[in-house]
Amino acid sequence: MVPTSYYLILSAVLFGLGVLAFVFKRNIITVFMAIELMLNAVNLAFVAFSQALGKSDGEIFVLFVIVVAAAEAAVGLGIIILTARNRRSLNVERVDLLKL
Amino acid sequence: MSFALLMFFVLAGLAVLGALALILQRHPIHSALSLILVMLSLAGLYLLMGAEFVAAVQIIVYGGAVMVLFVFVIMLLNAGEEERTNFSKLASVAGIPLALALAGVIAAAIARGSGHLPSATNGELTSTRELSKLLFSEFVYPFELTSFLILVAILGAIVLAQREQN
Repeated sequence: MVPTSYYLILSAVLFGLGVLAFVFKRNIITVFMAIELMLNAVNLAFVAFSQALGKSDGEIFVLFVIVVAAAEAAVGLGIIILTARNRRSLNVERVDLLKL
Repeated sequence: MSFALLMFFVLAGLAVLGALALILQRHPIHSALSLILVMLSLAGLYLLMGAEFVAAVQIIVYGGAVMVLFVFVIMLLNAGEEERTNFSKLASVAGIPLALALAGVIAAAIARGSGHLPSATNGELTSTRELSKLLFSEFVYPFELTSFLILVAILGAIVLAQREQN
């Protein structure tokens, strides 16, 4: 039997690593992958709570999160293609038109 | 040590290793492969907890569809190694303390609340029948709304990615 807190700690660690990747990576595609990693970490916490409390609602939420993540990936990668075409670079440091 | 605990540590180790590799690799295709490792080990953890339908969806949608899309875009844009640029001064001063503060807040919340929770791996499978009953009765409006969301996402992706015709 695995205690629920182990799953929650793993979820927190994965989320933290996702935040680190989001902050440290310079490639816009990898930054987007970091967002997916954070969504996955949250899904893990949802399933752990759902199993611990014996209710299936959490797993339904996970299905919705996966649907939103898939839609977000489609739109986000479209934006990335557009940015790469206009800027000729995948570096997020070069997408700074709003910066003073 | 029971089998479930052993499996948890193996899969959790693989997931953390994959997440670390995502950060440390410099080429985006290597990062994508590391992310696939994370997603597969998370699917294993879902199976361990007894959430078999979520595990299957995780592999099919995340490991299959979303990651194929990522790899496809990496190849389409011919993404090479990441460039090195200077970090901003604010990030280098405030980044590590703020990350530690976030970790501390999450750890405190887990430590305070986890004593009341029963074990997550109780060996019972959540039946897909029960899940689908819930999805098509209580959550039927959100479920129908997701179809609209996906339609908008498809249209958005097409509009964004098509070449402008002059």
